[in-house]
Amino acid sequence: MFSLDLLLNAIVAGILIGGFYAAVSLGISVSFGLLDVVNIAHPSFVILGSYTAYAMNRFFGFDPLLTGLLFTPIFYALGVVVYRLYYLGFERKGEESLRGLVFFFGVLFIVEVALLLAYGVDYRMIEAGYVGQSFHIGVVGIAFRLLLPCLVGLMITVALHLFLSKTFYGRAIKAVSQDSQALRLMGVNPVKIKRIAFALSIATASLAGALLILIGPVEPSIGREYIGRVFAIVVLGGMGSISGTLAASVILGVVESLTATFSGPSWAPAVSFGILLVVLAVRPAGLFGR
Amino acid sequence: MGGNRYIYFAGYVVLQYIVLATAWNVLGGYTGYVNFGTAAFFATGAYSALVLILAFNATLPFQILAGALAAGLLGLGIGYLTLRLRGVFFSIATLALSVVLQTVVSNWEYVGGGKGLSIIRPKPPALFPSHAEYLFVVMVLLAAASVALAWWIEHSWVGRGLAAIRDNEEAAECMGVPTLRLKLFATTLSGCLMGVAGTPFPYYVTLVEPGSVFSLDYAVNSLAMPMIGGTTTWVGPIIGAVLLGTAQQVATVTISSELNLLIVGIVLVAFVMLAPQGIVGLVQRLFRRRGA
Repeated sequence: MFSLDLLLNAIVAGILIGGFYAAVSLGISVSFGLLDVVNIAHPSFVILGSYTAYAMNRFFGFDPLLTGLLFTPIFYALGVVVYRLYYLGFERKGEESLRGLVFFFGVLFIVEVALLLAYGVDYRMIEAGYVGQSFHIGVVGIAFRLLLPCLVGLMITVALHLFLSKTFYGRAIKAVSQDSQALRLMGVNPVKIKRIAFALSIATASLAGALLILIGPVEPSIGREYIGRVFAIVVLGGMGSISGTLAASVILGVVESLTATFSGPSWAPAVSFGILLVVLAVRPAGLFGR
Repeated sequence: MGGNRYIYFAGYVVLQYIVLATAWNVLGGYTGYVNFGTAAFFATGAYSALVLILAFNATLPFQILAGALAAGLLGLGIGYLTLRLRGVFFSIATLALSVVLQTVVSNWEYVGGGKGLSIIRPKPPALFPSHAEYLFVVMVLLAAASVALAWWIEHSWVGRGLAAIRDNEEAAECMGVPTLRLKLFATTLSGCLMGVAGTPFPYYVTLVEPGSVFSLDYAVNSLAMPMIGGTTTWVGPIIGAVLLGTAQQVATVTISSELNLLIVGIVLVAFVMLAPQGIVGLVQRLFRRRGA
């Protein structure tokens, strides 16, 4: 059954999917990797982004990518609210770790059930002219519904990397994770910096959600599959490293794609979680960790 | 009789949650390791029972023993993970475990794969008019046994050792607390009890399919109940399970099952933020104020 064509196609599809995984994981890379805020609910914000794209497409005929971009400020505001609750409830009292985790677990559940109540368990998809199109390079077929998410994922990665390394706020975000006390002495409010960073991470979920519904139909509980995936990527990539996140995304995408091609798609979800378990047990610092 | 039957049916679920919440609390409340993988252990029990039914037509007591053993072993495995993974990483690993197991079971044709499998209940043992009563009584015994175990842990040196781990693992180790052995004990017992809660499940639902057995509801409920009741005492999980479990049963009948899940989520978030010590903590604070 093995053929070179199949292998090449699987690898290319895996790389394209990897670009999309990066878009989903960047938010966690910032919140978990840089801020130490374990937002296990991040994937459910991504799904919320998907349903926003779905609704705007359905009722106004908006392009999903346009919706994703238009709604980033609203998701940013949502992130500000969630961080405010998290800060008041946990961080201020210095008991953020485990209770904070349970808090986000609850948020995940609330978002998921709210979507379930609003849209039901059916799979939802969008209509756009380019979704079904594809082109070929040699034997390798490239579908637009995979290529576009990959390109946008790469763009977000580059933009976030530039923001974090070149701008004042970006550098402050990196600093807050290392020594928030020193930052305070420099006259910068660490809470404000963390709020900006967290809200930014939720803002990326809007775009990632639009990409998700481009790739395939979504249903409210699909976010759970991404919990293991994104944490596997962020841990594998080394906490808070943007380039590591991209590299780990592509690795996971290719491994999953190969598994799906050669062992059947029903095994694919176990791959990321399996990798996560192994990485956590063997090398918690990640492949690209410092 | 019809209405009566429903009481047994609903009561079973509440009792099952007493077992799950108590089991979760042994590891989460006493030891401070938050387990998101309740469904994995529950399913280990349920699927062990299913395999025994399919292979040997085994009776329920045998299924319970086998489920306890299998889930206990899984708990022991998780216990070794605590050597390297603490806090958040441990929690994520348990969630990952749940998904890996679900994928494995979904691909295992013998137990019905992803579509699931229907089984037929055998005749209930003598003395019991129907299976509903039988399963209900079994669950009463299991709940009583779990609570007794939790009570014993809390009032023995084991509980003090676990509390020391929760407060500061390094310090506990330095003080000569056998942290690894205690953690292995806690993860094994916790897993074992969760598995036991799952063993009567095949006969209870008669249709066993991965989607319902691995439902995230188990993970959320089993941690929400102790959080709401109070995680520091054996009575907390019972209060949480009875309140939340009963509310869910009533809400499922009168409103809708989705809406009641939404309420669970909101109540969980509210309690974690506003009353971290749960109802037990609120009551204690009230009495302390009276006393002062």
